[in-house]
Amino acid sequence: MTKEDTRDDPMQIDSNLPQQHQFNRAPSASLLTDYLRIYYGKFFPYTDMYKWLAYGNDGKHPGCDSSYFGRREFSFTIKSDRDEVYLRFQSFFNASEMETSIKAKCPTKIDIGAVYTVDPAKRHAYAQSGFNPVERELIFDIDISDYDDVRYCCSGADTCLNCWPLMTIAIKIIDTTLREDFGFNHILWVYSGRRGVHCWVCDSRARRLSKEQRSAIADYFHVYKGGENSLKKVTFSGPLHPFLARAYTDVLKHEFEKWISTQKLFEHEERFHKILQLIPDESVVSELAEKWQGNSIRWEHLKHMLQSGSKKTQGLRRCIEEIVFSYTYPRLDIQVTKGMNHLLKAPFCVHPGTGRVCIPIDPKKCEEFDPTSVPTVAQLIEELNTNASIGADNYVGKTSLAVSVNLFRTCFLEPLIRTCKDELESAYNSKIQQTKDSLSW
Amino acid sequence: MEIVRSQRRNGSDGSGSAASLPLYKTAPSLEFRLDEFGQYAIDRLRVLKAISDGLSRGKKPEEMDNLVGELWRANMKHQDADETLRKDIISHFVLRLVYCREEEMRRWFLSMETALFRYRFRLQNAEAQKSIMNELQLQYNVLGNAEYETIKDKLTEAARSVYFTSNPESVFYKVPFEDVPELVANRRVFILKGFAFVPRSQVVSLVCTIFRSNISKALALTNRKWRTMIQDQEKDRLAPMVEALGNIYLGPDYSKPQDCAEISLKDINQLASTSFPLCMRHLFGKLREDHHLKHQGRMQLGLFLKGVGLKLEDALAFWKAEFSQKVGAERFDKEYAYSIRHNYGKEGKRTDYTPYSCQKIIMSTPSTGDHHGCPYRHFSEENLRAALNKMGVGRRAMDDIMDKVRNRHYQLACTLTFEATHGTSCETGINHPNQYFVESRKIFQSKVNLPLVKFSQQFCLA
Repeated sequence: MTKEDTRDDPMQIDSNLPQQHQFNRAPSASLLTDYLRIYYGKFFPYTDMYKWLAYGNDGKHPGCDSSYFGRREFSFTIKSDRDEVYLRFQSFFNASEMETSIKAKCPTKIDIGAVYTVDPAKRHAYAQSGFNPVERELIFDIDISDYDDVRYCCSGADTCLNCWPLMTIAIKIIDTTLREDFGFNHILWVYSGRRGVHCWVCDSRARRLSKEQRSAIADYFHVYKGGENSLKKVTFSGPLHPFLARAYTDVLKHEFEKWISTQKLFEHEERFHKILQLIPDESVVSELAEKWQGNSIRWEHLKHMLQSGSKKTQGLRRCIEEIVFSYTYPRLDIQVTKGMNHLLKAPFCVHPGTGRVCIPIDPKKCEEFDPTSVPTVAQLIEELNTNASIGADNYVGKTSLAVSVNLFRTCFLEPLIRTCKDELESAYNSKIQQTKDSLSW
Repeated sequence: MEIVRSQRRNGSDGSGSAASLPLYKTAPSLEFRLDEFGQYAIDRLRVLKAISDGLSRGKKPEEMDNLVGELWRANMKHQDADETLRKDIISHFVLRLVYCREEEMRRWFLSMETALFRYRFRLQNAEAQKSIMNELQLQYNVLGNAEYETIKDKLTEAARSVYFTSNPESVFYKVPFEDVPELVANRRVFILKGFAFVPRSQVVSLVCTIFRSNISKALALTNRKWRTMIQDQEKDRLAPMVEALGNIYLGPDYSKPQDCAEISLKDINQLASTSFPLCMRHLFGKLREDHHLKHQGRMQLGLFLKGVGLKLEDALAFWKAEFSQKVGAERFDKEYAYSIRHNYGKEGKRTDYTPYSCQKIIMSTPSTGDHHGCPYRHFSEENLRAALNKMGVGRRAMDDIMDKVRNRHYQLACTLTFEATHGTSCETGINHPNQYFVESRKIFQSKVNLPLVKFSQQFCLA
């Protein structure tokens, strides 16, 4: 890990390759390690991460809980040439300890776990019943590979600008619902580095949710159900709940129309056949299939037929919505949201498969997010070299990572810290008041 | 042993409710005899256990209402209403002592007591319900007129999505959504900015959540008190009774397949085709086909195999043989072996996990790429028929089974499958995949008399 091999010097550009291509290659294992050393040395935003996860408990206010940050579990994945080691229950007393540890170990992945009753590193000193998670952000994990059955441009770990809109849809719907319905305010969306997005809900109310309450929220969102053996994964037996109606009207309806055209759903028989399979009326299906032998205005035709009300088959009333939801509604990994001890990758990690940094996404501008132009670690290092003379006073400021760190601070961290300080202040004041009251004669 | 004379008190027993449905807020200051201690507990336990059985057999809410009514009358009711209340309270608190001591027991007790409370609450008249809600201080959460007007159409929209007709309700309770997780989970309530607007008709859910959370906290406290004080103080009097009550057989949990029931790897294919229930056959088949299963699938199948008698070393060899074909032996050792050992209680906090019951499996929902869950619930009719066909189910039985599935009686469907493939009837009904396996082996054993699996006679399905 410490060898200085000029052949693999990340500072040298292979001048035979076009500029952009080299940055999009997945780095080899040893190259990645070298990159990470530099990345953790100059780019990783330790102070911001600490400020976030301390939630105001930075020791400056008498009402702070100085043990809070130290009771948070982190886990490191450390890869070397031959091996991969997974270290759980890492904890740090403050930002500087965290920084030292990360720089020393150079993990390929950092995960964030829950805040426990005691310092995770000291858990063995306590009875089993004394070591429990007490706080944990409400989290969501969405993977575009879960949509492989409805996207035809890519599959598996790949994604492109044609299918990425599925993630945009998920962000819009989930973000709106978390704010409008559940009343949460401090929500962080992060690009997972390759094929998905993560969501961290950080309000104190969210952090204190029990497993049962998290389960309830996960189930509230759970509309797409069933594995490969069930035909119909979305079934609406009657009028839609206001949340689903809003998702449909505001987002899904027109997104599906766009999806039809980017994925050419009605131009290939096997593709529109899948849609026809969702219609529970044989006569409708065969009539459509016949008429479509030469016709391409099929979606309108289908909608017309299902909405006309001429067929009274049960299950037909909501068929259009069912089709739209089946294709575009967010598909969550429910288990991630339900548990309190699920470990989730930290923002600003580098994805080992792509070299891309897991940067935050602004939900209000999520349509503009382009996963193919997210900075890679190689790119950042190159920028640092080229811009060495530019007047920014820190390393990050000379590179495209500055935009992301700025976004993190202004849209998420600063409002969060303000709320946390307010909460600490009022909790402290009411405690003082209580003591005063109990002391009065 | 002291015999304490029983004394009657009229309602001032600290139960906290004048109605006939107590909330068990504080331990009563009643006096009663030692034999009442045991007998009352057993009577109540009979009720709780029957509720547990009813739920796992998928009985509908109306059936459960009747069941609870009957059970209560049979086991707990007394001619004198005061006596009934007294027995009610005493038996609850005794069982609290018995069931506070282990996590699994706490969870079971909590679920059954909440279920019991729910059914009894529904059977109360409006007056009684109102008085209980007042005790829980819900009168402070009634939605005011001004606010109601602003969200009226959303409330109607939500009501229509639940009942399919506009059900104009006038009384709503505005509570934090955390208080009604069930209603939120099933999208049966309108929520806005963190508050749920619960119509009067749905208030049962709210009341039950509060009840459940109160009992849960109480159980934790009781556990601590028991461990630190009472257990010692009472070691000659109550402690032995509490132990005995805790050991009353409630049905096998299949986590330890008893010393003699073992299976070996070479038999596993054959056992899968003759004695695994459909859910496990499916997982097993997919594992053989894809050389991989996602996490929930590994849990469901892995714990089942443990219950069936597969030893840890054999389990590791089995999973490794499959997974290494997809991810390689090294990756298996690094990423998957740990969780198999974890299932057997050899890692982490060393809990010996119990194989999932039908109730648990039915309630799980598989997603993309998953193969766990109950096939009777999730497979399309076509796929289910095909799968059952492969098991050798004949046409007539097939139609009966499909009928049960359409009516959502998944466990009955599985029982019929068992009967069709084994040529006998299964009186007790399937409520656990390992039960299916054990019953199946019994039949095969008696038919062929080969020592493929020796089983313990202790599995009596009381």
